[in-house]
Amino acid sequence: MDTATDTAPARGARMTARGRRRLARTLQYAAIVAVVAVLAFAADWDRIAASFLQFDIAADMFPDVWTSFWNTIVYTVLAFAFGMVVGIPIALMRVSAFGPYRWFATAYVEVFRGLPALLVLFLVGFGVPQAFPGIQYPGGVYGQVAIGLGLTSSAYIAESVRAGIQAVPKGQVEAARSLGMSHTRTMVTVVLPQALRIVVPPLTNELVMLTKDSSLVFVLGVTTATMELSKFARNELTDTANATPLLVGGLLYLLLTIPLGLLARRLENREDKR
Amino acid sequence: MTAPIVRIEGLRKRFGDNEVLRGIDLEIAEGEVVCLIGPSGSGKSTLLRCVNLLEEPTEGAITAAGHDMTAPDADLDLARRDIGMVFQHFNLFSHMTILDNLVIPQRRVCKTPKAEAVAEARRLLAEVGIEGKEDARPAQLSGGQQQRVAIARALAVKPRLMLFDEPTSALDPEIVGEVLEVMKGLAAEGMTMLVVTHEMAFAREVADRVLFLDGGVIVEQGPPAEVLTAPKTERARSFLHRVLHPAD
Repeated sequence: MDTATDTAPARGARMTARGRRRLARTLQYAAIVAVVAVLAFAADWDRIAASFLQFDIAADMFPDVWTSFWNTIVYTVLAFAFGMVVGIPIALMRVSAFGPYRWFATAYVEVFRGLPALLVLFLVGFGVPQAFPGIQYPGGVYGQVAIGLGLTSSAYIAESVRAGIQAVPKGQVEAARSLGMSHTRTMVTVVLPQALRIVVPPLTNELVMLTKDSSLVFVLGVTTATMELSKFARNELTDTANATPLLVGGLLYLLLTIPLGLLARRLENREDKR
Repeated sequence: MTAPIVRIEGLRKRFGDNEVLRGIDLEIAEGEVVCLIGPSGSGKSTLLRCVNLLEEPTEGAITAAGHDMTAPDADLDLARRDIGMVFQHFNLFSHMTILDNLVIPQRRVCKTPKAEAVAEARRLLAEVGIEGKEDARPAQLSGGQQQRVAIARALAVKPRLMLFDEPTSALDPEIVGEVLEVMKGLAAEGMTMLVVTHEMAFAREVADRVLFLDGGVIVEQGPPAEVLTAPKTERARSFLHRVLHPAD
């Protein structure tokens, strides 16, 4: 290449835009290779493998880990279901023409979006039973989790659904009303179905967040039967004094969350084709 | 003479400080086709939208299709069944199939049994020349097809009066005709129609009466041959000149 034979200052000035882009990219690749090389040499690979890659420890986690894996799914689904059942009415109240509904819904969202999920879980698990002695959550710990994680989730879901409702074109409402549909009928038949399609991506996001937040459930005090994935992995970590269980637990989370992301993308693409 | 199907008295509509309608009085007889013309911002669409109370009048009284629309206890949902409306941007329900766009309103609004609603939907679609698209989504149809479906949908709940808000303004010129044909057919069947339009040829051919609106008042009205050919007022003359000879 004749640019290589030029003197340095002249080269900068005379280089084409494409040449500059190519040079920049080459430099970035070189930097990445350098970083990887340094890490590869500096790291104590035997030590890392001993901490994270003990196959017998990993094998020992099975099949018991599936119980906690399953519980993680159950907690997530229960909390999400509670979040939807409460969140959608809250979203409708947020866009209501009736002031008190709007005020209540706004306060609800601000409170449960603003409080840490952990604190809400504590409140549901310990605060409420103390304040109302004799209270029984349906389904025991499952009910506690559904409500404890679901309350926080419902605030986020309500905000997503509200945004979805407001994104439905006004003409859709006018068409429904002009056909003689009542306000409620219009919401149920026309606005909500379209709004929920619009909010599939943020709701999937919420489901991924909940999958991870289910790791907070351990604060309620769980047994082997009701343990979720993080708690299980941490117990194994303590028992074996080895980090391999964390790697296995992490991979199992990804086994849940990555397909969710892919599903969301597919749903999104399907909606685009409409 | 029978009572008018639409009667508007002293209608005023203000948006904030902007008075869009400044005293409209209008009666429309059953079976009459009335075209509303006028420059943009003259209040045509607002007047149309007041008839079915999509816009709430600031002042004045409206009765339409036998319903006292401006009465405080008016059942607007019931009244709007009798007043079909077609929009500039079609506003078909985008999450439903074409067939469901016609079936669901009948089912939910008129409580029509399913088989009957489907049969009526198919009949109406055939009438507006849409066949073999029952399971398509609105977005898969051309603008002209969508607007014809929208007309069929409005007819599905059996209105006695139809409002058209610039039904061809969002369409490519070469497909305006197919929508106007459907509207002509409807007029020929005796449907009462109030049409906001810029299609002067359509107004001339189909309208019984043309209203020229400007500045929120009816400036001039009469048979199309008079209003469109020999307007009495200077405002109507200059508007028509601009519409009919845009290149001058």
